[in-house]
Amino acid sequence: MKEWKNVWILAEVSNGKMSSTAYELITAGRGLADTLGEKLCAVLLGADVKKFAQDLFDRGVDVVYVCDDLALTNYVDDIYAKTLNGMIQTYKPNKFLLPATNLGRSLSAKTAIFAGTGLTADATEVLINPEDGQLHATRPTFGGNLMATITCARTRPEMCSLRPMSYPKAAASESKTGEVIEFAFDAGKYTSLAKFLQFIKSEGEGLDLSETDVIVAGGRGLGKAEGFDLLNKLAERLGGAVAASRAPVDNGWIEYRRQIGLTGRTVKPKLYIACGISGQIQHMAGCSGADVIVAINKDPEAPIMKMAHYAVEGDLYEVIPAMLEALDK
Amino acid sequence: MHVLACVKQTPKSDNVKIDPVTGCLIRSGAESAMNPFDEYALEEAVVLKEQTGGRVSVITMGPPAAENVLRDSIARGADKVYQLGDMAFAGSDTWSTSYALAKGVEKINAEDKIDLIICGKQTNDSDTGHIGPQISAWLNWPNAAFVKKIVSVNEKSITVERLTEAGTDVLELPFPCVISVVKEISNPRVRSVKGRMAAKRAEVTKWTADDIGADKNKLGVKNCPTRVVKSFSPQRCTNAVVVEGANGKEKAAKLVELLKENKYI
Amino acid sequence: MDYAINEMEQETLNATREFAQKKLKPVRAEMDVKEAFSHEMLEEFRKSGMFGLWVPEKYGGLGGGITCLAMAFEEFSRVCAGLALTPGTTALGAIPMFLAATAEQRERWCYDLASGKKLWAFALTEPEAGSDASALKTTAIKDGDYYVVNGTKHFISTGKEADFYTVAVNTNPARGARGISLLVIEKGTPGFTFGKKEEKMGIRTNPTYELIFENVRVPKENLLGSEGRGLLYVQETLDYSRPGVAAQAVGIAQGALDETVPYLRTRKQFGQPIITFQALAHKVAELAAKTEAGRAMVYNLTHRMDEEFLPAVKAALENGTTVHDELKKLKGVRWTKYSAMAKLFCANTAMEVADECVTLCGGIAYMRDFPLEKYMRDAKITQIYEGTVHIQKNEIIAALIKEYAAKGE
Repeated sequence: MKEWKNVWILAEVSNGKMSSTAYELITAGRGLADTLGEKLCAVLLGADVKKFAQDLFDRGVDVVYVCDDLALTNYVDDIYAKTLNGMIQTYKPNKFLLPATNLGRSLSAKTAIFAGTGLTADATEVLINPEDGQLHATRPTFGGNLMATITCARTRPEMCSLRPMSYPKAAASESKTGEVIEFAFDAGKYTSLAKFLQFIKSEGEGLDLSETDVIVAGGRGLGKAEGFDLLNKLAERLGGAVAASRAPVDNGWIEYRRQIGLTGRTVKPKLYIACGISGQIQHMAGCSGADVIVAINKDPEAPIMKMAHYAVEGDLYEVIPAMLEALDK
Repeated sequence: MHVLACVKQTPKSDNVKIDPVTGCLIRSGAESAMNPFDEYALEEAVVLKEQTGGRVSVITMGPPAAENVLRDSIARGADKVYQLGDMAFAGSDTWSTSYALAKGVEKINAEDKIDLIICGKQTNDSDTGHIGPQISAWLNWPNAAFVKKIVSVNEKSITVERLTEAGTDVLELPFPCVISVVKEISNPRVRSVKGRMAAKRAEVTKWTADDIGADKNKLGVKNCPTRVVKSFSPQRCTNAVVVEGANGKEKAAKLVELLKENKYI
Repeated sequence: MDYAINEMEQETLNATREFAQKKLKPVRAEMDVKEAFSHEMLEEFRKSGMFGLWVPEKYGGLGGGITCLAMAFEEFSRVCAGLALTPGTTALGAIPMFLAATAEQRERWCYDLASGKKLWAFALTEPEAGSDASALKTTAIKDGDYYVVNGTKHFISTGKEADFYTVAVNTNPARGARGISLLVIEKGTPGFTFGKKEEKMGIRTNPTYELIFENVRVPKENLLGSEGRGLLYVQETLDYSRPGVAAQAVGIAQGALDETVPYLRTRKQFGQPIITFQALAHKVAELAAKTEAGRAMVYNLTHRMDEEFLPAVKAALENGTTVHDELKKLKGVRWTKYSAMAKLFCANTAMEVADECVTLCGGIAYMRDFPLEKYMRDAKITQIYEGTVHIQKNEIIAALIKEYAAKGE
């Protein structure tokens, strides 16, 4: 297994943009590579993606493997997984981190079978075991009630998808240089019977919850869809966006894209105001990375009242209007 | 068309208890049921059957008690159910599980050609979302994950909408293919009285590793590539500052003051 | 207490309870406010096989009889009496058809009835013929292979949404009540239009419409049974459907209690949960006892009915005869008195329970955020439709007089 060397990350590119998860993977991957004394390498798959290599070097990547081909313009599982496996078999990485985004999760799963290796899903922490140099990937299971550390001892690369927002984004320092290695796309081998037809950009504004500093989230305690009108006012006043726990989404009060938690999205805003949210662990898994969490809840015994930084016991329909008033002073 | 849904028996609530001393999962007494994400997958399979006049088969891998989710599948509209049960499967990770399921699929496929496999997005116990893409990898069938809608179906293919972080991809997949679906895909029905009664009488086909011709060197805790080396309860923050005040209004004012003071707003 | 005596009835209870909690409860308040028919819920009822509970298996139904129908109606109404009417009124509209239909007519209508693909409604009431059905003015005059229908029906539940209307018409006005017949009239038949949509106190999600017939040509194959026997079929239908309304009333009473007891346990005044105040506690006990008495009445009756109804249905399917004729062969009991008693008692109980529950819970129960005021509004209809409570009393006393007269007392 000695021939398997270096830490790889997938720098996801979709719709012509490199995902910021690449920067988080750099932070995580850099740590692993330094511990092992190996190189940190990034993989770019897509059409016209070579241009992102410099940004990756600037943030700490040593080598960038590029497979740049029009056939990779859009994500089709088989084409991407076969290409990625081709790269794995050619260059033999030791560890391979992918983002646990929709693309990353399905691509990593299929690639792991083609590569005949093990994969840990949606990890939140990755470490190298100093004794044997193995990857220890820790991930939440059972809806976040249990953390499990998983290894992959006998096969390489040790693959892992890493939950977005689990690591800080690597900052760009002064212009650095690195090596670009181009991998030729094999149109005869990397095929799929599936056809990509089109991409429809999602409508609606303020939907990028990962970019916003303030999130005002509502839960079952809102009692009705109209409750979000009030949350919207507060979010607008604070320059943030509105989100929700699972119950309002299940009740159809708000769209799924705004769901925070294990079955929704993970966010890391500066300020997270949870209104009428009890604080189930599944929800907290999606927001516990916030710098500060405020809980507004009628029930002083709700779990969130202990997990938040600031707990306000009260009726959100009384507290929020009063907050708006206080903010205007 | 012939649709196969993959289901798993999991603890009914993901709110399982952890032993505070050992940090282990307390499984005893935890009620089991069909993985909630699989309900959406099976419902969509049944809807397709109703639309196209086809049939729905369901497969699961699990201990003897997992037969219950297959009976439940009958109640929800499935026609035939298959259980992969063998000590050789015990402790399999997603790599081995998807291998066994793929072997089961091959056997069903030999009896009655499958057009489409539908899996739930993930399970509520291990949350990986690997099984759909991985079954397709073993079978070398095209696949799509995070499917939120089947836009159209014809005799040769389906067109699906896939959820991405930025929007929606539209893909055409020829049969046979595999999709894993998110909950927007369907609205699971309440099991009919007829279905509930049929469930009790349904015949469950049970297959061992040998029955499906699976290579035992690829199965079970000893042979699968990944291993759980440690499990523990997550740390929780318990140092909330309780914002004081005589009423909601006072507390709100105090909160705004605190947030401003600490430069959060 | 559950009155299921076999697996089918027990599973009916299980399925309808789950359906009510999962499907009806989340939308009931919204649908009440919107005062609109829910097509999404119609699809849910269809997908779960709720239209076919009482329809024979031959047509794709469950074959469960009057008891399963009543149980479903109770459990749905326990959560929302309005949404319960989606399958409920179809049963009411289709029962007269099912009783009087020939084998050929059953083939024509019962498959889509069982699947819920087609909805039915019952059209008896007219502006000038309510409790006195014999006064109805809608006419159907034979013209070759057709009946030409003219007239107006009003207060018709599931109006405009239903596909088939079982309409009481007079085919021989000269004979008065003996000229009344039942015709199945399909939505979309030229000349058949819908008038005013009513705005109601309760059961607001179910649309109530006026039906207008202007020279509507209805094929004679849509006549149920024979001419002039319409009121007989109507009476037979009401005998079977009134226990259904009684079951609905039991459901409403139970649902009101379901909301009230937990609230009284958690609401604290004077430093203690208010259910510990005996005046309130005893009231709740009385209401619960009356509700249970009503339930016992309903299911004892439907079980007895099914002992005749199910064999009659079986015989009709085997012999290619009408269910009505087979019932006549078997008939030992006329159910009119007992049906009326069940409906009278349960409807009054529902109204009393809902009213008292609002009072017990106090201010919160008067608010629309809390479901109790809806139960009170919904309960009222059970005292009115399918014969007012006063008409039920008439039925009971008429039967009693006849019984004692027969004994010469």
